[in-house]
Amino acid sequence: MSAITTPAPATTDLRPGAEVILRALKEQGVEVIFGYPGGSVLPIYDALFQQNAIRHILVRHEQAAVHAAEGYARSTGKVGVVLVTSGPGATNAVTGLVDALMDSIPIICLTGQVPTHLIGNDAFQEADTTGITRPATKHNYLVKKSEDLARVVHEAFHVAKSGRPGPVVIDLPKDILIKPAPYTDAPPPSTPHRSYRPQVEPDAARIQEAVKLLKGAKRPVIYAGGGVINAGPEASRLLGEFTHMANMPCTNTLMGLGAFPASDPHFLGMLGMHGTVEANLAMHGCDVMLNIGARFDDRVTGRLDAFSPGSKKIHADIDPSSINKNVKVDVAIVGDAGRVLAALIEAWKADSTQQDKKALAGWWQRINEWRATNCLAYKQQGPIIKPQHAVKRLFEITRETGRDTIISTEVGQHQMWAAQYFGFDKPNHWLTSGGLGTMGYGLPAAMGAQIAHPDALCIDIAGEASILMNIQEMGTLAQYRLPVKVFILNNEYMGMVRQWQELLHGGRYSESYSAALPDFVKLAESFHAKGLRAENADQLDDVIREMIAHPGPVIADIMVAKDENCFPMIPSGAAHNDMILGPDQEGNARSVTDEGKVLV
Amino acid sequence: MSDMNQRSATIAVLVENEAGVLARVIGLFSGRGYNIDSLTVAPVDETGRISRITVVTSGTEMVIEQIKAQLDRLVPVHQVSDLTLEGPHLMRELALIKVVGQGDHRVEALRLADAFRARVVDATTESFVFEMTGNAEKIDAFCALMRPLGLAEICRTGAVAIARGTRHIAA
Ligand SMILES: Cc1cc2nc3c(=O)[nH]c(=O)nc-3n(C[C@H](O)[C@H](O)[C@H](O)COP(=O)(O)OP(=O)(O)OC[C@H]3O[C@@H](n4cnc5c(N)ncnc54)[C@H](O)[C@@H]3O)c2cc1C
Ligand SMILES: Cc1ncc(C[n+]2csc(CCOP(=O)(O)OP(=O)(O)O)c2C)c(N)n1
Ligand SMILES: [Mg+2]
Repeated sequence: MSAITTPAPATTDLRPGAEVILRALKEQGVEVIFGYPGGSVLPIYDALFQQNAIRHILVRHEQAAVHAAEGYARSTGKVGVVLVTSGPGATNAVTGLVDALMDSIPIICLTGQVPTHLIGNDAFQEADTTGITRPATKHNYLVKKSEDLARVVHEAFHVAKSGRPGPVVIDLPKDILIKPAPYTDAPPPSTPHRSYRPQVEPDAARIQEAVKLLKGAKRPVIYAGGGVINAGPEASRLLGEFTHMANMPCTNTLMGLGAFPASDPHFLGMLGMHGTVEANLAMHGCDVMLNIGARFDDRVTGRLDAFSPGSKKIHADIDPSSINKNVKVDVAIVGDAGRVLAALIEAWKADSTQQDKKALAGWWQRINEWRATNCLAYKQQGPIIKPQHAVKRLFEITRETGRDTIISTEVGQHQMWAAQYFGFDKPNHWLTSGGLGTMGYGLPAAMGAQIAHPDALCIDIAGEASILMNIQEMGTLAQYRLPVKVFILNNEYMGMVRQWQELLHGGRYSESYSAALPDFVKLAESFHAKGLRAENADQLDDVIREMIAHPGPVIADIMVAKDENCFPMIPSGAAHNDMILGPDQEGNARSVTDEGKVLV
Repeated sequence: MSDMNQRSATIAVLVENEAGVLARVIGLFSGRGYNIDSLTVAPVDETGRISRITVVTSGTEMVIEQIKAQLDRLVPVHQVSDLTLEGPHLMRELALIKVVGQGDHRVEALRLADAFRARVVDATTESFVFEMTGNAEKIDAFCALMRPLGLAEICRTGAVAIARGTRHIAA
């Protein structure tokens, strides 16, 4: 098949491909690139050397470059940019790309490639990058003609950030980086793409149907997800406005935390596998559900045939393929979460139907009864630090400082405790790997956020196992004097694995002990950072305060209870009203069938 | 759930004729575990920029809706049209069928070919190549009849399909 050619540009000004790329990045507003050099991208590094507009952050592993770009993107709403070499540079980036794909994070990843005439020859450091990354990206390009170069870069940005955001790879053969290429300006935003045109504005008729259902609801719930964060801070503001106007309870997914203020009395907390009792029972018992920018993930729905059995469901999502994928809905609204919320608010105001205030009051009463179970309560007594307590104190102490605080996490129990006990009142302050669940995400993500927000307090809430997956980035922190804090909840176990083994596999702790751990204090010191340790509850607050006060990077090794489990928990394959609330009910997990056990 | 019934769907997809587009479509089906019963592709506009893919698949209503939504979100896809759902349509496939044999079998093969309106496009004293267009069932039936008569090789294009009447799709 022949490639599409770009119409001849007006300008005859030809510059080396590498320079054309940087010019296009500049026009796209790029300020920072996270990257790692190698033979095939040397021309880009040479061009970078000769300019000052774009800053390059040298990471220590290409996977971390992508996670750093994700952290940068999620905390700013901008596109994160990555630059890696061909072959191993590109393959190292793949985990990060899939992570960004699953969590809808806009990323541009420039990969080097062997020169066009060598493609397919098993040349040195050749990999079929477009082939490998096709299912790992929203879209990818291999630039084979110099005249396509600028157009492809501009188009890639449009694809990455519009519609449902995602990662885009541009594979760049070395000859294309060297050969003179023409520059073309980015097309004006109004120019429609030839084939890619995501629907942003919701259909008015669907909005009317939704308002009709919502006005008539006796037991409504709003289930808001990462899509609201993707839609920008204004969407979060509108979510708050609508929720209050309609006096409805609101729950957030793991990816949606911060979209609705955690401190707001209308907030039910997170829902799903490790969600609160009130959120999950409200989902189970509601009569009308408004899903806005969430994707009915299996971690949220639990057993599908028992998921919110009696409700009418409204689903607003910018990606039609998210709708009716797992759960059949009654009203499907395709559009941007912000536009949908604005339209709902307008239609709500224009509609004179009164809500059933009495039914709503009754619903709130039930919710308050569920809240009274106080499902996140824990007992901190004695010298052993409970991990929940460590997060709670971290939250309280950071709040006291009044500093803008951005939290990232690794993956495991500590991630769930962070989600449960750290309250987020604003979007873009919570960075976590939800869809892929990538251990090793948190440190580079915090690094990316810190680059974008030099004055913010950026903390990676980590597990002792996960942190070792990208620990080399301590070097990057040192080089760029990034004061990221790594707050390790050190339970000496792959706690989440241990929890499943305890509950579902007869307590056979196969390979889940974190043996031969490094001394994290010395490790910090060897990376020119500060190392702190809290071994008992009395030391916790002081260590947190010292960590925050220190102007440079810190690793705080918090030795926590080794056998603590994360509750509430909906065991896999169970329904929302089948939660395990605490250690007393752990026996319930033993009733999990093999059908449940096959689920992850 | 009520809609566990499987149905077949013939889907026309207009795509930008660029490198890798077919791999994207096929990768989507294999990666997400959808069936492909048949798939055809060729450029269809005068400049060669647009290709039409006809894919025949099957699944529950919910799965077919997913397939269409997933196809539609691929960047180089212009339009996705479910011909099965949208109304009457024509479906055709081209087959080249080689039958090797002598004597009575040859005569019988020729007679049946005539009845099926298959054309002889190559002949030797020991073989025929028949060319046949029709829907998949017709070709299946013909091949079944040829099997005892010396059927040696079958080559089929897979289905192409178009709506009846004035309804049409364009990129
Ligand atoms: C150990 C572990 C445990 C977990 N436990 C839980 C749990 O208990 N609870 C939980 O909720 N999650 C949990 N998760 C996370 C879970 O796996 C999913 O990542 C998460 O639930 C998905 O969040 P979401 O539905 O908000 O969708 P996202 O992945 O954030 O997707 C966003 C959705 O919004 C749409 N969208 C994007 N942009 C827009 C826009 N501008 N306008 C409108 N729509 C848009 C997208 O098309 C997509 O459908 C866990 C993860 C791990 C690793
Ligand atoms: C790259 C990767 N490998 C494996 C897993 C599976 N996994 C999920 S949580 C977990 C243990 C994490 O341990 P730790 O970082 O100590 O966190 P804890 O659960 O103890 O808080 C593992 C191995 C994963 N999510 N990511
Ligand atoms: Mg651990």
